[in-house]
Amino acid sequence: MKIVVAIKHVPDTEARIKVGSDGASIDETGLKWIASPFDEYAVEEALQLRDAAGSGEVVVIGAGPAEAAATLRQGLAMGADRAVLVEDARFFYADGLARAEALAAVARAESPDLVLMGKQGVGPDESQTAPMVAELLGLPHVTAVTRLEISGGRFTAHREIEGAVEVHEGTLPVVLSIDKGINEPRYASLKGIMAAKKKALETRTPGDVGVSDDRLGRGALLRWEALSLPPARGEGRRFEGDVDTQVGELVRVLHEVEKLI
Amino acid sequence: MATNVLVFVERRGGEIKRPSLQALSAARELARSLGGRIDALALGPGAAATAAELAPLGVSRVLACSDGLLDLYAPEAYVAVAERAVAAAEAAVVLLAATSMGKDLAPRLAARLRTAAISDAVEVACDPDLTIRARRPVFSGKAIATVAIPSARPAVVSLRPNVFPVPEPSPGATAEVVELVCPVTAADVRAACVRLETPAEQELDVAEASMIVSGGRGLKDPANFALVRDLADALGAAVGASRAVVDAGWIPHSHQVGQTGKVVSPNLYIAVGISGAIQHLAGMSSSRRIVAINKDPEAPIFKVADYGIVGDLFEVVPRLTAEIRKIRS
Repeated sequence: MKIVVAIKHVPDTEARIKVGSDGASIDETGLKWIASPFDEYAVEEALQLRDAAGSGEVVVIGAGPAEAAATLRQGLAMGADRAVLVEDARFFYADGLARAEALAAVARAESPDLVLMGKQGVGPDESQTAPMVAELLGLPHVTAVTRLEISGGRFTAHREIEGAVEVHEGTLPVVLSIDKGINEPRYASLKGIMAAKKKALETRTPGDVGVSDDRLGRGALLRWEALSLPPARGEGRRFEGDVDTQVGELVRVLHEVEKLI
Repeated sequence: MATNVLVFVERRGGEIKRPSLQALSAARELARSLGGRIDALALGPGAAATAAELAPLGVSRVLACSDGLLDLYAPEAYVAVAERAVAAAEAAVVLLAATSMGKDLAPRLAARLRTAAISDAVEVACDPDLTIRARRPVFSGKAIATVAIPSARPAVVSLRPNVFPVPEPSPGATAEVVELVCPVTAADVRAACVRLETPAEQELDVAEASMIVSGGRGLKDPANFALVRDLADALGAAVGASRAVVDAGWIPHSHQVGQTGKVVSPNLYIAVGISGAIQHLAGMSSSRRIVAINKDPEAPIFKVADYGIVGDLFEVVPRLTAEIRKIRS
């Protein structure tokens, strides 16, 4: 089983977001970057499927700045076999289709049975890449998969929707985006981290994979024009007195003032 | 030149999902700026019947495809019909609700049409120079991005549910129904939803609820989640949870609120025994009113709470539940 897993290089979820001096991008000073947490579930799923099949390869891929190589190395340290990075710092603010074109071109060359990724890149939170990559590859897709079974060239995938679960069935190859809850991602072992340093990590340019320089610059389909912080929520009122008094006052306020209950 | 707005109308069991109706108010503004009309796309058996509900809300034409292949969600078939609908509507903008289905279909359609998509917008407008501009929360709401699609057409935009109002109906309005032929057959569909599993005990989904009661590590034991459930039950609220208790296996991930869970903005959010990690705050800070119950007066959750009770949740929550039941009976 050959599986391609896309990993996105994103700011740490612990990070406080500050607006950069251009007013449109984030201030990257001192910012720690990580693999998007949902992508770790995709890597874990790929490793389990490869190991269950007894043979095959897991190739982790990405489109991002040079530093994204370190993020792909995390996938290698977890147990993926090799990595391909399309390197360009402009991918983060590019339109989703440009990123998808780069990833689809890399995936296409691998002729995989499965293309996996997290259900969203935490941060931009667009959830666009999986359906776009599938469309560009001419493959079916399922997003936000919480349970997956594969056998005999067919798959069954569960996805949680509002108040229900959709059960999708179909044939491989397929592009799947993975939600939390599907598995428990392993930690990279020290041995894994050492081994990852020796694994192949190829770097390509956008031009190598057919994404023109213009598409990442002036010719982008979408522009990030501004970034702002939401209005700060002031600290509200703390109730005083014994428990009964506090609870009584809270209920009164929610009922009479806020009219919420 | 294309000047119309096409709204994808999501249906489940024949019912139009409310966020799709909310999209019609954004569609009205855009259609006015563009000087065009609103077409709606409805799929699956009975699709044409949606015209009666949609016409009073400003829809001029309903593009309906009632093929049985479209009864449950089939991304390949849906995108094929949507592609035809974009052409039939001469759409400059396609709007979808950013629901599970909309978030799945919008990017596939955008890629099919080699155009740009904006996800999860909370504001959208069209400039006099016809740039489509939107604001959308990023980093789970830690920041708001303004993004623009200058010329790619159609602009595909998904809208965050429960941000836009359902438009006021104009009684008596009618809409033309245009039947579309499904361009694919069952043999062309390689993957699709084959069944919908609805839990026997229907739980409110935090993503759709107008009130949420969430529990965190302060509950000390998974069995104590009963306190949170009782309070939620008294309010008719959904049950949410912090990442810590989801990771500990106390409650399924579908309840998680925060950066790797769901981003929510209910009218009322009650945080019980949640200290307020930055990832959790990002996921619920846009709630209209926030109540925090925590024994630690320094807990970061109080920094975003409108109302706070510093105290032992095991004393506070049962009393609160009882008081709410009293007021509601």
